[in-house]
Amino acid sequence: MQLARVIGTVVATVKNESLEGRKLLVVQTLDRDLEPIGKPMVAIDAVGAGFGELVFWCRGKEASFPFKREDTPTDCTIIGIVDSEQHVGRG
Amino acid sequence: MIIARILGTVVSTQKDERLHGKTLLIVRPINVDGSDTTGYVVAVDTVGAGFHERVLVVAGSSARLAQGMKDVPVDAAIVGVIDTVDVNSG
Repeated sequence: MQLARVIGTVVATVKNESLEGRKLLVVQTLDRDLEPIGKPMVAIDAVGAGFGELVFWCRGKEASFPFKREDTPTDCTIIGIVDSEQHVGRG
Repeated sequence: MIIARILGTVVSTQKDERLHGKTLLIVRPINVDGSDTTGYVVAVDTVGAGFHERVLVVAGSSARLAQGMKDVPVDAAIVGVIDTVDVNSG
């Protein structure tokens, strides 16, 4: 799992049936100092995250686990919202 | 998932039987601003995407979770055609 900032949205009308109704967000992964690292990814939102929020996301097949239908094809899912940046340990 | 642009097609007659009837496309990962990156991926199309369209590509074992891809030997699938990408990185 990694920290990321929600920096945008993606709209796709034509999509695989198993993605119907899912919200697509662009996330920028952050390092421990909350500086951008790597390229932005498109993630499915499982927790109701919004633009600008600090979140954490998981990759791989496990990214499909939050959804009731385990046939949701995603390799990048937002699984939590960080309450505030002060709560991010930087020890 | 990554954003990619469709560059071309792959035609293969001799292939795993579970791939029969599936469209194989060559896609190049692109940045959120639409600019090209390097490299390419061969992906199975599940949505009927067309040449040069921007698409969503899911990679790894999750690609098999797309509708119609159960037990199909793929590690990259096109699961959406992108209308808009709205990014404000501040």
